[in-house]
Amino acid sequence: MPGTGAAATLRHELIGLAGVFERNVYLVKRYIWWDVAFFIWTVANTLTIVFIAKGIEAGGGQIDVDEVTTILLVGAVVWAYLGIIFEILTETVAWERWEGTIEYTFMAPLSRPIHLFGMGLFAIVYGVIRAILLFAVVALFFHLELAHANYAAALLVLVVASISFIGIGMMTAVLPLISPEKGTQLGFVAQGILLVVSGVYYPVSVLPEWMQALAKISPATYALDGIRDAIIDGAGVGAMWSNIWPLLIIGVVSVPLGLEVFRRGERYAKRHGKLKRSG
Amino acid sequence: MPAVEVKNLRKEFRRSDGRRSGLRRRRERVEALRGISFEIERGECVAILGQNGSGKSTLVRLLSTLLLHDGGSATLFGHDVSDTRAVRRLVNRVSVEASFFKKMSSTENLAYAARFYGLTVGQTRDRIPEILERVGFPAARRNEAMEDLSRGMQQKVALARALLTQPILLLLDEPTTGLDPRSKLEVQDFIREIRATHDATILLCTHDLDEAEALADRVGILDDGNLLSLEPVDDLKRRYDADTLEEAFFAATGKAFEDEKPEEDEK
Repeated sequence: MPGTGAAATLRHELIGLAGVFERNVYLVKRYIWWDVAFFIWTVANTLTIVFIAKGIEAGGGQIDVDEVTTILLVGAVVWAYLGIIFEILTETVAWERWEGTIEYTFMAPLSRPIHLFGMGLFAIVYGVIRAILLFAVVALFFHLELAHANYAAALLVLVVASISFIGIGMMTAVLPLISPEKGTQLGFVAQGILLVVSGVYYPVSVLPEWMQALAKISPATYALDGIRDAIIDGAGVGAMWSNIWPLLIIGVVSVPLGLEVFRRGERYAKRHGKLKRSG
Repeated sequence: MPAVEVKNLRKEFRRSDGRRSGLRRRRERVEALRGISFEIERGECVAILGQNGSGKSTLVRLLSTLLLHDGGSATLFGHDVSDTRAVRRLVNRVSVEASFFKKMSSTENLAYAARFYGLTVGQTRDRIPEILERVGFPAARRNEAMEDLSRGMQQKVALARALLTQPILLLLDEPTTGLDPRSKLEVQDFIREIRATHDATILLCTHDLDEAEALADRVGILDDGNLLSLEPVDDLKRRYDADTLEEAFFAATGKAFEDEKPEEDEK
């Protein structure tokens, strides 16, 4: 067994974090065809949204079809990305509870923050790969002209926004401990609320004022704005600083808050015997 | 210092009785452990006998840091169970359900468990095949999904998972329940081997009277959250003037061992 001391503890935690990542890779390998099927569904779902731009044009609307298509595509990709982040974080509890492994995982000497960061790290890597593929497939489908797009800046905004998404995901991840049957679905509620106030397919300015106020504290608002600026206008990191600094602040608040919510949920589950699969 | 020191340990749960008081569902208190006390010495194997619902699994979960107790104390090798980080390094557990990621192989499941205990890829590359071989798991099946393995095979992997992390306290919660006679004997032989070769202390919670008698230095009777006795089998039989452990159980509890409480009462 590893020794004691700060360095040994850090090493132990990093090995545990890598183990969480490694396990998720095994699961992706084992369920790869299900993942392919889910990806096809996501592409189809994205097409139903992105075709709206062509529909407006066909109905006589005077719009720049390529630009509106790109705006809708970015919204759909961020929606799908957020769904993946929340789904994987929720699986921290939900999948392990279903398999019955949760008690073994929760009695292991790995700190919960590192366990959750491991899930979050995998969620970001997996989510980013999937988002890039989704964007590429749909952009090719519509022959979008994106010669000026700054993909690196768009990716940076997505990754910075992911810190906040992970924090919020941690809060929803604990819900299956409190309600094994319905808790997972509340992740979808959080995803929907977050995106509806953030201008996922429309400008935030069309929202009622109270929703616009909520948009200011939603990380998705800044993520969508920043990614659209980078993809459509080719904006660089400097030009997007007004979107990046709010994301950093929301991230600094949401991650500790997410950890605290999870800690309290875990404590509740241990007090009431809810870790047990059938309990 | 005892390996396990439990003093006046209490745990209760709240359970809905199906009725409502206004808008709220009524809940009644169920005492799972009613202030039990005992000690286990280092290297000792102690078996706890009890029906479903007697509190055995609650005791194991409290010692594994999976439940918070409502009163009393429990220390493992001098560490209070609330010091989860220290306690978790010392303990591992095998329960009645050999719980695994069913699509993953035995090797993948063991690797996942090992990382949480700080074992690197390099360390587990050799150790996992070795330990699977020790528990009698066929090498040819190491990459098969767990769902394709028999219950007996899965339970061997569960033992391997517990041993991989070299625990000095092994909590066995009905490890042979539901196994066929041959698998049961193999698991019991392996538990004996662990005792002979490791410096491991074992707490065995079981339904199986023969298993308790064969494996344990001392046997305790847990009934409705009360620990009625904990002593060597011969002393137990003498105390209750019984020829068999089953008779001693009946004399101690007033219940036949087969008269189970409903399963949902087991906490």
